[in-house]
Formats: sequence, structure tokens, C-alpha cells
Amino acid sequence: MAEKVVKATRESFGEALCELAKTNENIVVLDADLAAATKTSIFQKAYPDRFIDCGIAEGNMMGVAAGLAACGKIPFAASFAMFATGRAFEQIRNSIAYPKLNVKIAGSHAGISTGEDGATHQCLEDIAIMRAIPNMTVINPSDHYEMLGAVKAALELDGPVYLRLGRLAVESVNNNDDYKFELGKGITLREGNDVTVIATGLLVREAVIAADSLKAQGINARVINIHTIKPIDEDIIVKAAKETGKIITFEEHNVIGGLGDAVASVVAQKCPVQMKKCGIQDRFGYSGPAKELLEIFGCTAEGVERQIKEFLGK
Amino acid sequence: MNSNEKLELEILACKARIYALEGIFNAKSGHPGGSLSAADIYTYLYYKEMNVDPANPDMPNRDRFVLSKGHCCPSLYAVLAMKGFFPVEELPRLRKVGAMLQGHPDMKSTPGIDMSSGSLGQGVSAACGMALAGKLDGKDYRVYTLLGDGECEEGQVWEALMFASHNDLDNLTVIIDSNGLQIDGPVEEVGGLEPLDKKLEAFGFEVFKMDGHNFDEIEAAVTAAKNVTGKPSAIIAKTVKGKGVSYMENQVNWHGAAPNAEQYEVGRNELLEQLKALGGEL
Repeated sequence: MAEKVVKATRESFGEALCELAKTNENIVVLDADLAAATKTSIFQKAYPDRFIDCGIAEGNMMGVAAGLAACGKIPFAASFAMFATGRAFEQIRNSIAYPKLNVKIAGSHAGISTGEDGATHQCLEDIAIMRAIPNMTVINPSDHYEMLGAVKAALELDGPVYLRLGRLAVESVNNNDDYKFELGKGITLREGNDVTVIATGLLVREAVIAADSLKAQGINARVINIHTIKPIDEDIIVKAAKETGKIITFEEHNVIGGLGDAVASVVAQKCPVQMKKCGIQDRFGYSGPAKELLEIFGCTAEGVERQIKEFLGK
Repeated sequence: MNSNEKLELEILACKARIYALEGIFNAKSGHPGGSLSAADIYTYLYYKEMNVDPANPDMPNRDRFVLSKGHCCPSLYAVLAMKGFFPVEELPRLRKVGAMLQGHPDMKSTPGIDMSSGSLGQGVSAACGMALAGKLDGKDYRVYTLLGDGECEEGQVWEALMFASHNDLDNLTVIIDSNGLQIDGPVEEVGGLEPLDKKLEAFGFEVFKMDGHNFDEIEAAVTAAKNVTGKPSAIIAKTVKGKGVSYMENQVNWHGAAPNAEQYEVGRNELLEQLKALGGEL
């Protein structure tokens, strides 16, 4: 087993950039005055000549990234998920995705676990916004190891990618030696045929803990980690629908437009079964310590377990 | 430039206007006003200034042009076609289903188009990125971008201009097609852009002015801009919206309307007369 790591995925992102930049001189990193928070500061320190601080101007940053990509650079443009995908949505759509330019967008401080900064900074819509754009790949890694794989895969893909980064340090769930990041492929972490639990981001580890607890109570839950939300792994979802007949999704995102809807779209069209979408129920968050908020919004192992039981009527 | 070279450019620009009007008429939609005001600037850049190769449109060290005011592409398409980037036969198919020539520039479908654009304020940022890439790679190509004066109401334009001067992008020249009109009326009534030169200077640009329909002045301004070092340059081009078609000149309602058959006939004949007077032919 690889070492168990407790680390925020934003930090893993910064480390991955540095590692990959050693062998790929086309990588440049852009930030909008949030380098210390998005952890592009790690890259800035190692490669100051390849780091461009664009100031608090996210729209321009995305356009600059597009221009750099049009000249053969591979820009990673980072900001908070709220400003990267919200403020600069249209720049991403028209200047990056429409011409399919090779820009990687990193949205940090995604989800309710942004914590004390409150609703204005807790982005709960980024997955929905990004997956609605043609040509865009959307990845939401669940831990340190997955983020390392995701950044590498994003680099190897010629085209726009959105990477979702978390602020909160999370314990790794993918420290098994045979872990392999495959773009667009879900990962079955627990086998079971009573219900399928599909989770993304930091909910993956919570889902695994919940499933292990349920197993002791006689409920065999299949757990699937979906790190690539677009293109989504249809096969693994359809197989789960057929074999377990029930699917419940968990995400630290609005239940409108996120993982739940991406899964529901596959299920409704390919193999309709009963579903439940868990996450943030179409509302804004508020200030508070990340862990308390995750508890309140049902995003802990206990919350996941409770919602699975409710779904199963147990 | 000598008088023959100047005459040649005037003929090309006139032809670009004829093609642009034809494309817009065929499509029954498009933006004649700004296409006509910018035609001389495109012609000068592609025929006299920029290092480009129509046979090799992706040449890495080429000069770049980003049409930030993307809606004014019909006359740019005409210049690119005449220059040899693609056949002039494509021009009448502007905006048609399956056409190479989209309503706004598409770098994926059209050879010679360096950046997809059309959503105002965005092209200038991409031009900054291209100029920055040149600096990072130690290449000596230059980047030109053309903005509308109305477009300068977009906040992103000023984000980009601040970025350009902060990063000493002296390989970037921003040209503003100052025809004075936007969809809802005169720019000064709608947005209040003046004093544009002082604003550009305050944002760290070396600013030049030119008559955007006079090739001697265009040459002087573009050459002066090219010689600026340590900071980016801007050129305010005074132009006439709808230039060359009498009933369109300085008329706000010709920003984004296509002429009907009768109007087209009148406009085309006027331009053909001008072409004839210059000694040119289609």
C-alpha cells in the first residue's frame, strides 16, 4: 500500500504541476491573485519564469490562457471555482472551449467545505456549468493520489479540461498499489448488489466508510468512484443499474446539474432504476468550519449511511 | 510607400468592401457598417505589414491578428481570400449552413484566422496571451488586434490593457476602429468612451492616431507603433462606419443590417464605380 496521505487536493495539484513541468516545458501556470490559496504558489516558487499572475481579472486570465494555447503553450489557469467557472464562464466557453484550445482550468475551494468564507465563495455550481460546455472534460478527484493522476491525464489530453480542487485536507482513499487513473473510467471500490452508491470528490471516502458500516448491518452496497464527470463512464453505471436496481449519488455540489444529474441522465436513457440524488439540495451555504458544514449538509460517512438507509427504507 | 503601392492597396480594400457587401447580401444578415470601416486596416496589415504565408497559415513565427470585434469579419475574410488563404469562391457563402466562413471568426474552420472571436472584449485578451507566448519563447513575431470603439465599454478590454502594459508586451499593437457608432447609437451617447487616448496612455500604452482610410497615415502609425519598446502600443483609427457606400456612411442603423436587393444594387454600383476610378477590376 502507498502511504496514507491527509492532504487537500489543491496542494496535490500544485505538486503535480511542478513534477510534470520538469519534463514538459510547454506548461505555464496562470493565477488570479490566489496563488497562495490555489497552491499554484508551489509552481510559482519552482518555476517563476513560467508563472503569470494575472491579477484579480479572471475573464482576462482565461483569454490570455487561450492566446498562450493558440501559440503552443499548455496553460493551467487557476482561481477559486466560483470565479473561474462563474465569473469567467463565457470566456471559457467562447475563447477556450469553442476553438478547443489546450487550456486546463483549475477551480479551487469548490464545495461547501470551503467553510468560513461562506456562500459567496462556496461554489456549488461549477460542475453543472462546465459539463454544459461542448469540448469540455470535467474531473473531480477524490484525494491526493487521484489528483496526481488527474493532472497528468489532463496534460496528456489535447483540449480543455476542468479540474475541481478542494480546500480541505482529506485522507486518501486511493492509496492501493494497483490504483490507476483512467480518464472517463469509474472505479468500483466495494462490491455489492443491494444498492449502488456513486460518489465523487471528498464524498468517495465517506461512501466507502458508510458502505463498510452497512456491510456489518447486512446491507451490501456497491461503491463507485466517479472522478471524471464528463465524459462519464456509462458502462459502469448501466452495469450497476442492472445488477443492483437502485442508485444513490453523493456530491459536494448542487444536486442540480452535477454528478447526480449526470448519472440520472445515463440511467434514465439506458436502464431506468430508482435513484436518489444527495448533495446540496438547491440552496446556498453559509459560514462555518468545513467539517461542521459537511456534517450539517449530510456529506460525512454518517450522513451518507443515513441517506442510504432512508433510500432503502431501512 | 510609393503611389503605385498605395493605389494597389486602395484597389484591394475596395474589392474587399465589394466582397463583404455581397456576402452580407447573400446571407441576408451580417454587419456592413464595421466591415466597411475596417477594410483598409485589414488590407494594410495583410498586404504590407504582417509576416504571414497563405500556403502555411500555421507557420509558428508568423505575425498574428486577432479580430476582437469579430462581427466585422466579412471584409477580413475577403482580404484573407484575396491573399490566398482560401478560395474567393467561399466568400459568397458567408453565414450559410456548412460554410467555412462563420458569422463570427472560427479559427478551426477558416485558414488564416488566428483566433475565434466575436464575444466582445475577449479577443484582446487572447492577443495578450499570444504576445506573452512570443516573449516567453523569445520569438520576434508581432501581434495585432482590432477592437471596436463601442467594444471598449467591455470591462475585460481594460483588464487586458492593464495586463499588456504590466507585462511590457511591446510586441502587441492594439488598434481601435473608432467609427463612433454602436448598435444603440453614437458611442459618446451610449457609453462615453472619451478621452480614449488619455485612458490608453493612463493604462501604459504609447498611443498613436491615424485616419483609418488613408494608407500613408496607416503606414506611419503602424510603423511608429512597431518601434515602441518596453510597453505596448495602441492606434486610434478614425474611421467612417459604412465607408464607401453613401447611404450607409455614419448611419447607426447599418451596424448589423443586410441591404435588400435594391439597396445592394446601389451600394455595389457605388463601390464598382470607386474601383473603376482606381483603375481596378474584380
